[in-house]
Amino acid sequence: MTTMMKALPAVSALFTLAMFAPSAGAQQKIVPAQSEIAFTSKQMGVPVDGKFKKFDAQVAFDPKQPQAAKIAFTIDLGSATLGSAETEAELAKPDWFNTKAFPQATFESSAVKASAPGRFDVAGKLVIKGAAQDVTVPVVLAQAGANTTASGAFVIKRLDFKIGDGDWKDTSMVANDVQIKFKLTLTGVGPL
Amino acid sequence: MSSTRTLAGAERYSGVAIAFHWLLAVMIIGSLSVGFYMSDLPMSPTRLKLFNWHKWAGITIMALSGLRLLWRLTHRPPPDVAMPRWQRVAAHATHWALYALFFLTPLAGWAYSSATGFPVVVFGVLPLPDFVPVDKALAETLKSRHHLMAFLLAAVVLLHIGAALKHHFLDRDGLLMRMWPRHS
Repeated sequence: MTTMMKALPAVSALFTLAMFAPSAGAQQKIVPAQSEIAFTSKQMGVPVDGKFKKFDAQVAFDPKQPQAAKIAFTIDLGSATLGSAETEAELAKPDWFNTKAFPQATFESSAVKASAPGRFDVAGKLVIKGAAQDVTVPVVLAQAGANTTASGAFVIKRLDFKIGDGDWKDTSMVANDVQIKFKLTLTGVGPL
Repeated sequence: MSSTRTLAGAERYSGVAIAFHWLLAVMIIGSLSVGFYMSDLPMSPTRLKLFNWHKWAGITIMALSGLRLLWRLTHRPPPDVAMPRWQRVAAHATHWALYALFFLTPLAGWAYSSATGFPVVVFGVLPLPDFVPVDKALAETLKSRHHLMAFLLAAVVLLHIGAALKHHFLDRDGLLMRMWPRHS
């Protein structure tokens, strides 16, 4: 998959340029093939990395007017990868993501503020397994050609969302802190 | 220098060799037993705990076996007890097979662990490098290699124990006493 992702930028840059370049000011689009949402949890001191393969975003964002921005995400929890098929099957179970009852996690921004040049704090509501938590996500923007890359990382407490319930509540086995890392490629964002 | 005479006159292994032997015997038989038991357990915190302990034990066994091999190569063991040539050849082959598996079994387990995306962090504090990528197909291959080596190791251990007991109870040649901890 990573080699595919390396080969894709040129092709999709041309593609997105042709598609969206003329419509400046329209909604910004996410380029899924060049975007990544990953998470790292720790079990008995062992960092275990996972990724969400399917997610979508609605982004209305003008760097000149961050206060007017609206950013919404849906993440397909069933698309999580975690090394072995065994652990992925475990992740779908009710104690963890319970993907049958809660197939998606959502994020909706409530306020976006510029914190430094090219840096923004995106505050909003993160909903996983029906539990809502206010989070503030620091985002760094970088622009190259038609693409804008938004990247950042933040930490959530898994137990706030009942991820790892029942026998798995013990945080000495699986740490409460889970790091979420993202790198999103957007098109149609105005110059910084 | 590495061996001392017993009252019976048979030369003994050195104290260091005897300590390595019994410490590793306990650790290896323990790790094999835990390994066979845990592999069929459904996912639970207990399973996760056993897997981590098993990994720590395996890495420790490999490290101690490295030191033990160094000791073995620099200190002459006692000469062979009188026995038919085929038995002597079989005994030496068994010993070298044991040493090979002391390294290969944990190495395959370590690689298997890396390939499943669960790197080994010894005692929860010392992260070991991953020398294979995270890859499901590779993980399945390494899992069956690790299991194969564990079964081989268990078989060679049983052969080793069986032969030692044969020498002790049937041949009564004092071979086992060379490795028996000296009673004070």
